[in-house]
Amino acid sequence: MQDFEYVAPTTLAEAIRLMNGNGLRTKALAGGTDVLVQMRGRRFAIDRLVDVKNIPELNELSCTESDGLTVGAAVPCCNIYEDVIIQRLYPGLVDAASLIGGIQIQSRATIGGNLCNSAPSGDTIPALMVQDATCEIAGPNGRRTVPVVLFCTGPGQNVLQRGEILVALRLAAPKANYGSHFLRFIPRNEMDIAVVNVGASVLLDHAKRRIVSAKIALGSVAPTPVLARKAMDFLAGKEATEATIEEAAEAAKSAARPIDDMRGTIKHRVHLVGVLTKRALQGAILRARGEE
Amino acid sequence: MTITGERGVGASRSYKVVGTSPIRHDGVDKVTGRARYGADINMAGLLHGKILRSPHAHARIRSIDTSKAEALPGVRAVATAKDFPIVQMQELDFGGAQRNSRMMADNDLAYRKVLYQGHAVAAVAATSPHIAEEALELIKVDYEILPTVLTWKDAMKENAPLLHESLTKRFTMDRSSQGKDTGVRSNVASQIQFKLGDIEQGFREADVTVEREFTTQTVHQGYIEPFACTASWGPDGRVTIWTSTQGIFGIRETVAGIMDIAESAVKVVPMEVGGAFGGKGIGYMEPVAAVLSKKSGHPVKMVMSRKEVFLGTGPTSAAFMRCKIGADKSGKITAAKLHLVYEAGAYPGSPVGGGASTGLSAYKIDNVLIDGYDVVCNKQKTQAYRAPGHPQAAFAVEQVLDELAEKLGMDPMDLRLKNVARQGDRAPTGVPHARVGFKEVMEAMKAHPHYSAPLEGINRGRGIAVGYRLNGGGSGSSATINVNADGTVNVITGSMDLSGTRVSIAMQVAEVLGIAAEDVLPQVVDTDSVGWTGGSGGSRITFDTGRAAISGAEDVLRKMAQRAALLWDVQAEDVQFKDGVFFCAKNPKDKLSFKELAGKLMATGGPVTCSAMDKQGGVGAQLAGNIVDVKVDPETGKVDILRYTAFLDVGKAVHPAYVEGQIQGGTLQGIGWALNEEYFFTPAGAMANSSFLDYRMPTTLDLPMIEAVIIEVANPRHPFGVRGVGEGPIVPPLAAVANAVYRATGARMYGLPMSPGAILEAVEEQQPKKR
Ligand SMILES: Cc1cc2nc3c(=O)[nH]c(=O)nc-3n(C[C@H](O)[C@H](O)[C@H](O)COP(=O)(O)OP(=O)(O)OC[C@H]3O[C@@H](n4cnc5c(N)ncnc54)[C@H](O)[C@@H]3O)c2cc1C
Repeated sequence: MQDFEYVAPTTLAEAIRLMNGNGLRTKALAGGTDVLVQMRGRRFAIDRLVDVKNIPELNELSCTESDGLTVGAAVPCCNIYEDVIIQRLYPGLVDAASLIGGIQIQSRATIGGNLCNSAPSGDTIPALMVQDATCEIAGPNGRRTVPVVLFCTGPGQNVLQRGEILVALRLAAPKANYGSHFLRFIPRNEMDIAVVNVGASVLLDHAKRRIVSAKIALGSVAPTPVLARKAMDFLAGKEATEATIEEAAEAAKSAARPIDDMRGTIKHRVHLVGVLTKRALQGAILRARGEE
Repeated sequence: MTITGERGVGASRSYKVVGTSPIRHDGVDKVTGRARYGADINMAGLLHGKILRSPHAHARIRSIDTSKAEALPGVRAVATAKDFPIVQMQELDFGGAQRNSRMMADNDLAYRKVLYQGHAVAAVAATSPHIAEEALELIKVDYEILPTVLTWKDAMKENAPLLHESLTKRFTMDRSSQGKDTGVRSNVASQIQFKLGDIEQGFREADVTVEREFTTQTVHQGYIEPFACTASWGPDGRVTIWTSTQGIFGIRETVAGIMDIAESAVKVVPMEVGGAFGGKGIGYMEPVAAVLSKKSGHPVKMVMSRKEVFLGTGPTSAAFMRCKIGADKSGKITAAKLHLVYEAGAYPGSPVGGGASTGLSAYKIDNVLIDGYDVVCNKQKTQAYRAPGHPQAAFAVEQVLDELAEKLGMDPMDLRLKNVARQGDRAPTGVPHARVGFKEVMEAMKAHPHYSAPLEGINRGRGIAVGYRLNGGGSGSSATINVNADGTVNVITGSMDLSGTRVSIAMQVAEVLGIAAEDVLPQVVDTDSVGWTGGSGGSRITFDTGRAAISGAEDVLRKMAQRAALLWDVQAEDVQFKDGVFFCAKNPKDKLSFKELAGKLMATGGPVTCSAMDKQGGVGAQLAGNIVDVKVDPETGKVDILRYTAFLDVGKAVHPAYVEGQIQGGTLQGIGWALNEEYFFTPAGAMANSSFLDYRMPTTLDLPMIEAVIIEVANPRHPFGVRGVGEGPIVPPLAAVANAVYRATGARMYGLPMSPGAILEAVEEQQPKKR
């Protein structure tokens, strides 16, 4: 590893200036659980590391039934899953935040970092996608908002431009009869990268029988996490029965374009998309009905 | 944990210290962080060494240009294989198997060829590790890339490219001998063969025969502490090496051989070892650090990263096994055939002999044919891993027996008991069995509540397997005992403590001297400070070094008795010793405790110091057994271990709590090997999963409490009946888990790892109608 500069700005404006940095190779540092590992593994060379943990806007964490959830990009996962209101309103996100690494990692790792790292397997990304989360981004040219579903553009790649920083993630207040769920498959019980992960959310009608709308997002089966649109379209307006769920799970497989690697084969991954989609939908429906 | 023992002999004798579980002597240092491991050396002028590794699995080295690296500010020395005197003096040869210095030099820094991805080619010492790393990027190696011979299968193909032009196949019928050179140039380095009776006739007598083929993949020991060492070459031409190793004298011999200096010019200082499991039976960086220190005039420290540990050190063999066993209607095995092919990696020396000499040995079989092949290929040179070569063979044999039992309609434990080997029966190696608790372990398994407990719920299965382990030993151990005036004694050995052997040796000395374990102070010292001692391997230390220490302690008692005789003015024969007290047979009022007499040594002629050594036939065999319950998710293929009971004939558990730990540790490594561990290679031979994130060892969340059942059938070769316990436990789990998965899914797992995807594929293949 070569020498590099470490800076820890306390304002967003300063951070943007430092990130923009006059032709220097810069990177943001949140929890560091990706970026430090990658630096040591010599994945890239760097001149300046900009620690974003001292910027107030990035440390905001607020959640109310009326305004929804704002998670600053520097908030560690443990602060999210330990919050009782978030547990109640966004259980799908809590599912994902509480299975990243182990306790040590969760005490440091952020959802912002997980998203900005843009790994196809990033565990919070499908959970955010099915809840219509949006990204607040600030940069040299001001602020902009990008839906999470459009954020990742390839493995390790995203829409952030030079000097831009992810400030926060916003999730709208959940409607009544709404439920979300997230599942990951790994061969062990902890400390592993998703072979496949699936986020699901459903909005049920007043009787809690019919699916008004549903979202399904799949991770580790394409260059970026993807929505299973065919399955989503299929579910809209259907009775929430086992047969419907099975059919949606089958339809979700068509959105998967996985590769063969040491974490799983194409065949196993496509098969798991079906299994996890079914189970995540079942979980989301139970939650929408208030049965879990 | 439960302990059951037999009556009579050593094991059931009543002891005061042996069989208790005192706190280990090195415990406080280890839990407070004071203990010093391989990387904990710091000294003035210390340089940091780093190694450049080959990106190719097989290539000729045309040239290495180090000039730019040498010119980088902060760089103090650069080394290549040419700096090893032995490389200049002799061509690469393959004699002497594990202790061939020329071969090790070639593995430590490649000379003409690189033979696996990660093979070291050059090294740099600089004022900081970062500068050293930067300098590596400035070294230019011109490679001529050669076709990769990645597996045993590729290596054994007709016209396969040869890794070593001068390697010729050897043939042997004795594991401890190199055998005769057939002169045939080949990637097959050797064949080992064992024969009993008439194999054809044996199969003709069989009513039921099962023949199956199995594979296992390359797996790593996965010790927590990466390799780390420091070398300081003095102006007097003597070199001191601090290192985390299983054997300081082995390192001394290797460094002396490679550097062409006298062994006595090398002093090796042992650091604490953070896990080894056989993997640290040899070193990789000590000669490199020595060269860099010699060239730079500074001490040089080298520490591997985890990635380097995976790429640059020895895992154990991937293997292919074909096993055929026949039995008559009564369940008596009439014949067994075992064909083993083990990958050695880049240089000869796989543990195929370990598999061949153990796979069928728990059973009395009159007609046996075992063939084992040691095959080189473009992977890391394999190194010992806990019971080297045994688990692969057991994976095959114990699954075939399971199938055979099913075909015969027999209880799988009954089939094993029916054929169990007894004392005096000939093992396939031709050697008659000594007294070993084969039957006792099997009977304990059958009688255990786990064996008959109902297994409720769907997708569950229970599997059993046993594993024969042939422990090593006999290389030689030295021990010195010094009596202190306060009644304590120091026990000085050269046996690296991998598993609690300081305490197990101290306890044996305490038992002999009639003092408390805490009053024995065990010290592990450097090569200049103790007699020659072979490495800590083969589960031999509590046994071998224990025997040396016992004989030293007996000598201490003799010398102390002479001092008592002086004090009491009687003959030494009149002094007796019992329960820690010396007394005079003629005048029972004359008595002194060990402690009291220790205080009088300076007044009766001076200190008492006794040295002893032990070198004899080896620890001998033992049997391990497992009962395991699993649950398999039929939709994902994931296996959950629900319950695990592990049995082991330990001879005598000197320290039962640590014996339990060894049983649990070996079992969990076996479970990891069974379920998810493997080196995942790209077709070009690059390891794709060289981190603990993707090399999937089990975590604590993946395992239930492993119940250890300690069986004590005294080993007649040791005064207290000790057998050694470190390795046996890893032999049965591969097969036991596979047998359980079979019961849960109906699919036999012929290959490892039994990863979720592999299980679903096997289920689909073997029961096409069900899915
Ligand atoms: C042992 C271990 C286990 C892990 N387990 C999991 C797991 O189970 N599931 C999983 O998904 N991941 C896992 N990870 C990966 C990692 O922990 C997560 O991706 C984590 O969420 C990253 O967050 P971080 O705050 O540490 O990010 P950092 O490492 O600080 O940053 C990650 C990337 O995002 C960029 N970045 C960070 N913040 C900003 C910002 N505000 N604006 C712009 N760019 C930014 C950084 O420059 C970097 O490229 C694991 C990692 C380790 C070491």
